[in-house]
Amino acid sequence: MVNWIWMGMIVFSVIFGAANGKMEKVAEAAFGGAQTGVTVCLGLISILVFWMGLMRIAEDAGLVQKLSRLLAPIVRRLFPDVPSDHPAMGYILSNMSANLLGLGNAATPMGIKAMQELQKLNATPTVATPAMCTLLALNTASITLVPTTMIAIRMNFGSVHPADIVAPTLLATLISTGAAILIDRWYRKRNKYPPTSTKMIPHPSGAVSPTTQMKPSAPPGGG
Amino acid sequence: MISLIQIISTWTIPVLIAFIPLYASFRKIPVYESFIDGAKDGFQTAIGIIPHLVGMMTAISMFRASGAMDALIGLVRPLMESFGIPGDVLPLALLRPITGAGSLAFVTDLIKEQGPDSFVARIASTIQGSTDTTLYVLTVYFGAVGIRNSRYALKVGLLSDLVGFFAAVAACWLLFGLV
Repeated sequence: MVNWIWMGMIVFSVIFGAANGKMEKVAEAAFGGAQTGVTVCLGLISILVFWMGLMRIAEDAGLVQKLSRLLAPIVRRLFPDVPSDHPAMGYILSNMSANLLGLGNAATPMGIKAMQELQKLNATPTVATPAMCTLLALNTASITLVPTTMIAIRMNFGSVHPADIVAPTLLATLISTGAAILIDRWYRKRNKYPPTSTKMIPHPSGAVSPTTQMKPSAPPGGG
Repeated sequence: MISLIQIISTWTIPVLIAFIPLYASFRKIPVYESFIDGAKDGFQTAIGIIPHLVGMMTAISMFRASGAMDALIGLVRPLMESFGIPGDVLPLALLRPITGAGSLAFVTDLIKEQGPDSFVARIASTIQGSTDTTLYVLTVYFGAVGIRNSRYALKVGLLSDLVGFFAAVAACWLLFGLV
């Protein structure tokens, strides 16, 4: 898909440029664009170096685990068919906490490990389970606390207040994550999925069952 | 309410910068060494983006210079602007779920053309920052465990991207549009 978009943009540019008699500008733009690409990346170095250093401190201080413990009661309800002491739950929690802290590099391996654990509960290994779909929905919406890259680019182009997009970004990300959870719920109920695993616990519809409420927070982080 | 939200913009970053090392010190972490260790990765990450951004910036700059971008946006501009959405962000709504580098290049181009503090550039930055590339996440996560039938997952991802798009526009109207 990306291949087609990229090629399509370039081919259409040349066709349109020829039709509008703007060939010279198109050629200029090709090199100008390449130059902007490099300049912007070099401008990203300062903020990425600083921010990733700060985030390593957060990781080493165990903030991911701390946040996992706080998130556990909510997250368990989002995954009613994953036993709360299953290793998958630990990885799911780490994945979500790392996402929330903006630790993209730590979130992805945790998410993949969570998928691998969820796959063990899957009777039909090529078909996604509802829990896998929920985990994916949360990751595509991806709650963002600080949009570092965008702040860096705004700074490079001389913004007066580069960070003033923090609040709208937070607002938008909360709404889209909420929407992802609701839309996922809706499809989950509409597409009945046959119970595939003996390890599945019954869905506590309506009332909260003691299993989801009283479970002491198992060591999250998983690994 | 609105001033409270603006305080969030101003305070989030300084508070995190102070809180994280402080919390880590209480946990007896050698904070400075930790920082240097992690900071090394930042350089690699920034350099690693270069090929992606150069490729996409080239295509998008050409697309704009040829007049094709205006032709594409022109088709829907009146419809979108009647809803208070600047027509210029339309390509971003289409690119964002498909290619992270492409949408980043588009936002960069828009910031360059219209200025970082223009309303449309703020909306675009918000859209870019508030969500992840749906198709990429789907490929990586499901690809890693060999899922071929993703059932309704793609629909959920794309629909929530659509909600996120309108949420970003609304949030910017709320925070920047009325001042």
